[in-house]
Amino acid sequence: MDAIFLQFLNGLDKGGAYALIALGLTLVFGTLGVVNFAHGALFMLGAFCAVTVRKILTLEMIATDPEKVTAWGTPLEIRTPYVEAWFGDFGSFMVDYSVPFSILLAIPVMLVIGIVMERGLIKHFYRRPHAEQILVTFGLAIVLQEIIKHYFGANPIPQPMPSVVGGAADIGAAMGMDPNVIVYPWWRLIYFAFSVVVIGAVFAFLQFTTFGMVVRAGMADRETVGLIGIDIDKRFTAMFGLAAVVAGMAGVMYTPLLPPDYHLGMDFLVLSFVVVVVGGMGSLPGAVAAGFLLGILQSLASMTEIKAIIPGIDQIIIYLVAVIILLVRPRGLLGRRGVMES
Amino acid sequence: MNALFSMSRKDVITFVLFAAVVLLMPIWLQPFGAAYPDLMQKFAIFGILAIGFNVLFGLTGYLSFGHAAFLGVGSYTAVWTFKLFSMNPIPALILAVVISGIFALAIGFVSLRRSGIYFSILTLAFAQMSYNLAYSVLTPITNGETGLQLTLDDPRIVDSAFGGVNDGSLPVSNLFGLVDMSGISGFYFCAVFLIIGFFITQRIFASPFGMMLRAIKSNQTRMNYTGFNTRPYTLTAFVISGMFAGLAGGLMAVTDPLAGAERMQWTASGEIVLMTILGGVGTLIGPVVGAWLIKYFENIFSSFNESVLHNLFSFLPDNVESFVVSVTSMFVGEGWHLTLGLIFVLVVTFLPGGMMEGFRRIGSLFNRDGGDKAKPDEPAPAPAPAE
Repeated sequence: MDAIFLQFLNGLDKGGAYALIALGLTLVFGTLGVVNFAHGALFMLGAFCAVTVRKILTLEMIATDPEKVTAWGTPLEIRTPYVEAWFGDFGSFMVDYSVPFSILLAIPVMLVIGIVMERGLIKHFYRRPHAEQILVTFGLAIVLQEIIKHYFGANPIPQPMPSVVGGAADIGAAMGMDPNVIVYPWWRLIYFAFSVVVIGAVFAFLQFTTFGMVVRAGMADRETVGLIGIDIDKRFTAMFGLAAVVAGMAGVMYTPLLPPDYHLGMDFLVLSFVVVVVGGMGSLPGAVAAGFLLGILQSLASMTEIKAIIPGIDQIIIYLVAVIILLVRPRGLLGRRGVMES
Repeated sequence: MNALFSMSRKDVITFVLFAAVVLLMPIWLQPFGAAYPDLMQKFAIFGILAIGFNVLFGLTGYLSFGHAAFLGVGSYTAVWTFKLFSMNPIPALILAVVISGIFALAIGFVSLRRSGIYFSILTLAFAQMSYNLAYSVLTPITNGETGLQLTLDDPRIVDSAFGGVNDGSLPVSNLFGLVDMSGISGFYFCAVFLIIGFFITQRIFASPFGMMLRAIKSNQTRMNYTGFNTRPYTLTAFVISGMFAGLAGGLMAVTDPLAGAERMQWTASGEIVLMTILGGVGTLIGPVVGAWLIKYFENIFSSFNESVLHNLFSFLPDNVESFVVSVTSMFVGEGWHLTLGLIFVLVVTFLPGGMMEGFRRIGSLFNRDGGDKAKPDEPAPAPAPAE
C-alpha cells in the first residue's frame, strides 16, 4: 500500500510536466488549429534558459592570492562568481536559486520566441493540411534542437536545485503514518504544486478575463468573432505566446529533475502528443487530466511487483493506453465531437 | 494477367531510364565523388524504403510516423536467418519481407481504424512500443543496446549441412557461395531490388488499385458513400509499404549483418518522411530522388570539418574567413541535421510538392504550352544533385 502511494506521488511530477506541455499543445490546436510538433522543442528551450542563467550567474572572477602557493609553486587562484563578488550574500543566494530565477528570464524569452515562431512560420500554415503542419513544425523542431546542440553540446547539463529543498520530505510522517516509509524529494512536490498553479492560472485567465472570454469565443466560432470586429488573429497569436511560455516554464522547473540535453524536447513531445490524444484533441481539461493520469500510470507500471507479472510494461504502458483509448473511445477521454475527424 | 504486363509506352521509357540510371550509378556518380559501394548501397536501400513509404503516404494520404519499426523488424529477421540457417541473402530477405508484412498487417489492422492525425499518433505509438521493447524486455531476441550481431558459434544449420567451413572468422553473406554481398556486388544486388520495387510501384500507380487509393486520398467519405469499403484497400497499401520497409531493413542486414534498435526510433521514421517529402510525395521518381539527395548530402556534409572549411574559404581575408567558417561550421559536420531541418522547413513551406514539383515548374517555364499540362510521372532530368 505504501509502495503504491509512493509510486502515485512519483507520477505526479512527471504527470505535471506532461499536463503542462499537453495544455500548451491543446491551446495551440484549439485556437489556431495547428498541430505543433515543435512544442517539445519549446519545452527544451525553456530548460536551456535555466542552463543559460546558471552559466551567467556562475561566471567566475579569478583572483590570485599572492600569499599562498599551490603545490606546483604557482599562486593560488581564488575563483568566485562575479555575482557573489558584487552582491555578497545576495549573490550566492542568486546562484543557489538559479533555477527559480530562470523563470524570470524564461517568460519574456519564450514569449518572444513563441510570437516570432507564430508570425514567422505557423501563420502560413493555418489553411494547409494537417500533414503539412506536422511536417513543417517537425522540421522546425529539428532546427531548434540542432541550434541548441551547436551551442551547448550534446551532453546533458545537470542543474542543481536550491539547497534548501535539496532533501526529501517525510510525507508519511506528516500524514500520520510511520516515519521514513514515504519520503519524497521536495523538488518533485514543488514541481507538482508549480504545475497545478500554472494550470490553474491558465484556466483562470481563460475563464475570468475578457481576453480569455474572447479567445474562448474564437475557439468556438472564429468567423463570428471576426465579424463582430475583433481581431481574433492577434489574440490567437498571443495564445501561442502563452503556450510557449507555459512550455518554457515547465522546462525550466524540470531541469533539476532531469538534466536537459538537446533532444529532451523530442522525448517529451511524443509522450505529450499521446497525452493530448488520450485526453481528447482540443479539450483543455482532457489534456490536463490525461497528463496526470498517464504520469501516474507510468510510475505505477514501473513498480517491481508489476514488472514481475508483465515484464517491460513500464516501457510501453503509455502507448498501450493510447492505443486502447483511441480504439475504444476514438475522441479521447473528454474530446469534443467533430474535432480533427476529417 | 495480360494487363499486368502491358505498360504504356511512357511507363516503359520511364522504367528503362530508371533502371539505366540505377545500374550506371558507379559511372555517373564518379564526378560527384559518391561512387563508392557503401554509399551506393545506401542509395539503393533508402530508395526502396522511400518508394515503399510513398505507396502509403503518396497514394492514400495516410501519414505513418512509425515506418522505421518495419525497417527494424526486417533487419532483425534477416540477421536471425543468417544466424540460424544460412548466409544466403535470399531466404533472409524472403523472411524479412514476410515477417514485416505480418507485423504491418497487425499494426495496420489496428491503426487504420482511425485517420488523420490519430493515425499518425497510433503508428508512432506502435513504433515507440517496438523500440522500447527492443531495448528492454526483448533483449534475448534483439540483444538490446549492443545490437544483434553474427557470432562464430551461430548454428547456421543449412550452411553447415552443405559443408560450410568455419575458418574462425565471421562469414559474410553471399549468394549461393558465388558472390559476396559486400562492396560493389552488394550494391548491384540492392540495385536489382530497387528496380524490381520501382517496377512494382509503377504497376500499382497505373492499376485500378492505385486509382482506388488515390480516390481514398482525395475524399474517403465519398468513397464510403458510393459503397466502397475502403479499409481493405488502405490495409493492403499499408502492408505493401511495410513489406518494402522490411525488404530495405533486410538489405541493410545483408550488406552489413547487424541490427540495432535505434533503427526503429521515431527520428528514423521522421527521416523516411523527410526523404519522401523532399523528393515529391505521390510521384514515382520523387521519393527515390529525395532519398538519394539526403543520403548524398549527409555523406558530403558530415565529412566537412573546420580544416576543410578553412581550406575552402582560404581566399578570403583572414578575419572574414574565420567569421564565414564559424557560421558555415554550424551547418556541416555535426550540424548536418540543422541543414536538413532548414531544407525541410523551406521545402514544406514553399514547395510542398518537393523536388519533382520544382522540376515541373522549371520545365513549364520553358514550355510555352503552359504548366497546366501536369506530368506527374515525368522522369527526373538528372537525379544528380546540382553542385
